[in-house]
Amino acid sequence: MKAAVIVFPGSNADRDLKVAFENAGFSVDMVWHKDTDLPSGIDMIGIPGGFSFGDYLRCGAIAAQSPITRAVAAHAERGGYVFGVCNGFQVLTETGLLPGALLRNAGLKFICRTTPLRVERTGTPWTEAYGAGAEIDIPISHHDGNYTADADTLDRLEGEGRVAFRYLANPNGSARDIAGIVSGNGRILGMMPHPERAAENAHGNEDGARLFAHLPGALTAA
Amino acid sequence: MQEPEITEELIEAHGIRPEEYAEILRILNRAPTFTELGIFSAMWNEHCSYKSSKKWLRTLPTDGPQVICGPGENAGVVDIGDGQAVVFKMESHNHPSYIEPYQGAATGVGGILRDVFTMGARPIAAMNALSFGEKDHPRTRTVVHGVVEGIGGYGNSFGVPTVGGEVRFHPAYNGNCLVNAFAAGLADTDKIFYSAASGVGRPVVYLGAKTGRDGVGGATMASAEFDEGIDEKRPTVQVGDPFTEKRLMEACLELMATGAVISIQDMGAAGLTCSAVEMGDKGGLGVRLDLDRVPVRETAMTAYEMMLSESQERMLMVLDPEKEDVARAVFDKWDLDFAVVGETIDEDRFLIMHGGEVKADLPLRALSGNAPEYDRPWEPCEPPAPLEDVPQVDPVDALRILATSPNYCSRAWVYEQYDSTVMADTENGPGWGAGLVRVHGTGKHLAFTCDVTPRYVRANPEMGGAQAVAEAWRNLCALGAKPLATTDNLNFGNPEKPEIMGQFVGALKGIGRACTALDMPIVSGNVSLYNETDGVPILPTPSIGAVGLIAEGEEPILGRARDGHVALMVGRQGSHLGQSALLYEVFNREDGDAPEVDLDEERRNGEFIRDNRDWIRACTDLSDGGLAMAAFEMAVASGTGVSIDSDDTATLFGEDQGRYLVACNFDAAEALMIAAGRAGVTLTTVGRFTGDDVKFGGSSAPLDELAHAWKGAFAEHFA
Repeated sequence: MKAAVIVFPGSNADRDLKVAFENAGFSVDMVWHKDTDLPSGIDMIGIPGGFSFGDYLRCGAIAAQSPITRAVAAHAERGGYVFGVCNGFQVLTETGLLPGALLRNAGLKFICRTTPLRVERTGTPWTEAYGAGAEIDIPISHHDGNYTADADTLDRLEGEGRVAFRYLANPNGSARDIAGIVSGNGRILGMMPHPERAAENAHGNEDGARLFAHLPGALTAA
Repeated sequence: MQEPEITEELIEAHGIRPEEYAEILRILNRAPTFTELGIFSAMWNEHCSYKSSKKWLRTLPTDGPQVICGPGENAGVVDIGDGQAVVFKMESHNHPSYIEPYQGAATGVGGILRDVFTMGARPIAAMNALSFGEKDHPRTRTVVHGVVEGIGGYGNSFGVPTVGGEVRFHPAYNGNCLVNAFAAGLADTDKIFYSAASGVGRPVVYLGAKTGRDGVGGATMASAEFDEGIDEKRPTVQVGDPFTEKRLMEACLELMATGAVISIQDMGAAGLTCSAVEMGDKGGLGVRLDLDRVPVRETAMTAYEMMLSESQERMLMVLDPEKEDVARAVFDKWDLDFAVVGETIDEDRFLIMHGGEVKADLPLRALSGNAPEYDRPWEPCEPPAPLEDVPQVDPVDALRILATSPNYCSRAWVYEQYDSTVMADTENGPGWGAGLVRVHGTGKHLAFTCDVTPRYVRANPEMGGAQAVAEAWRNLCALGAKPLATTDNLNFGNPEKPEIMGQFVGALKGIGRACTALDMPIVSGNVSLYNETDGVPILPTPSIGAVGLIAEGEEPILGRARDGHVALMVGRQGSHLGQSALLYEVFNREDGDAPEVDLDEERRNGEFIRDNRDWIRACTDLSDGGLAMAAFEMAVASGTGVSIDSDDTATLFGEDQGRYLVACNFDAAEALMIAAGRAGVTLTTVGRFTGDDVKFGGSSAPLDELAHAWKGAFAEHFA
């Protein structure tokens, strides 16, 4: 299994995502944002956390214009898997690969803490390992994680079972407690919490490891 | 542009004393130009020259087998085995943070991160020691919010985990907050980069952000005459851009890996002036700069402004001329400015050209070598007022007061605004003891702490100085880490007052004595003087940052107490209430002496913890609030009640030194008792972790209720 992790100049959790993919058995290529093509044979794209271009404008807005983003979109259109964490989720909404937007946290402060989540659905490679209704603890670390979309979009996401993770104690004002959503085909996941920071014994919490560990098998089966 | 004439007012406005100006005339054999005067003022001010503190800094222990590079470079370098080094320093950004809290604190973080990656190290951990005025002072809330957001805004974007720190409140900081930023990075011992230039005729290269007028002159920008030449006054506080800093780091580290970098120096205080002089001076070379080539972001900048600008996120390098193209490609990749702005020359000369004119032509060595040095008069501090009677208190009531006070309530409101988990190596973040990160890809761990108890230092500078080091030692040992080395950030009032100088001298004696006794040499640091407002000085606050190592094959002590665990105390029974948290928070008193620090006992007890880590489930040191506060905090962290077999005020709240609280099961407790007997360590059973209450003798309250109050208090005070 091969994964590519996209590196923007302000990405700062790119290595973290690479390590989590590698520990799950992926071989990982780091791909610079100015590149126009992905390495061949990529099964999975990771868009990491960080502040892609400083995020002085809307988070992820400039990253959505980077040369590599077209290749990511093409990969997604071919039915490829894409995983956007934190800033990666923001980039996915800015590129239109996922609906909605991430606003400033309701409390207007950056928040870094471990947060309980409920896994909302099964049937995606991202959530299969947990099972619907499972409760897991995953760290968040963001200033702009307040998910928003118009009521129709939210209803559609709910109706199509595309809410993957929901906060049990909403930290940031997200609409309907949404922490992560998937695309219509279930192959693109965007989430604000960081499963790659709860993926090893040293992190004191391995709830996030299962998400990664399950991916190679799920992708092979698909 | 015509430079202003040198007048007495102008000299004074630059903070240069008459006798210092006479020395300048002697060195030059002529009057300086305006640009030259600016350069002298930048090099000879307190911040850059350490002219009041040098004499005493030299007395500190700075060497040891683990030390690769001590003070004098951008940061200290300490061996951690296997060809790896930890590179660290702590530095203040006090005055800017009071004037403009967000940007002041943000650029403080930026500056310390730059110091670390300039040495070739990737930053892996940050901490912040913050001192604010009293809660009800009208400016405190604004400063707290701005400083915390500024630290988060910079560090979070840059991508370094903040793993620890301190926050304190005292009226002595009402008009002068302290923001002391610590950063540590990881490097290979054979790839450490220094500032000394070498080789004649080599390109001096400017990297990073463009130069603007921000920070020009800083504190010296005061005279009406010299306002006339400046189109627009800029605030003297610089503005930070963490995104540029992040790219600058990546580009520098990438460039260093190519072998193109001969020497490197970041542009911090006094920007281009300080960095160029430093590189030339250390390398025994001269430097010629052509300011027409400096990337600028404002028009019509003068030589004076460019030489004194403190624009952030800039670097100066001497490059291998054959690798200039490699270097240019790296900086193009990261979209950063790159310009050859000068060269190294084979004479003792600092030559500044601008618009085809010589703007400064100075003997380079004299700029640092002839900087003034003062042996300031000092007088020993008056002995503290003897401790008056301390009434017995209801211990749970007293704990509640402490646990909900601004000084001792939970700091979660602060540290949750800092990313503590980025890099995915954090094993112990802020909130409970020292910070701990694993050394990526190895079985080693590094622990970080910063400590000082300013009330102790004021009461007894020497003992207080030693205590700050001892507490840092304990915090590292409590995690099972071997303390390696120290960085000091010395914040004091006006050194021209003998009593303030007395505090400084005393504190340094204590720090030096403790660092020697505990093998924690000082490898870097920073001095911040003149922290006074309307003649009122801050509490003497020598912040001690320390780093410890847990070697491959050793385990950190990261466990939590469980119901049924025995509570053991290492060290003597509590008795000392002078200058204690209890006195200050419950009785609003600051009398008595600082507690006595016995460095032999500190060493013995700390080594006992490390040597017996396998028996110890959870461990914390005893500091402010004594046994009562330590037991409460361990109970909260563990989610189990605690019962201590005493209700005596001094036993519970005394702040005697050299002590730890340990939790373990009964069998382990027996083993520890035997080991303690052999090691000559005092170890006593003080209670148990059990139930749902915090109990001190006959006084008790539900843990949940106390924990809830402790957690929510900070937001209640300041949100």
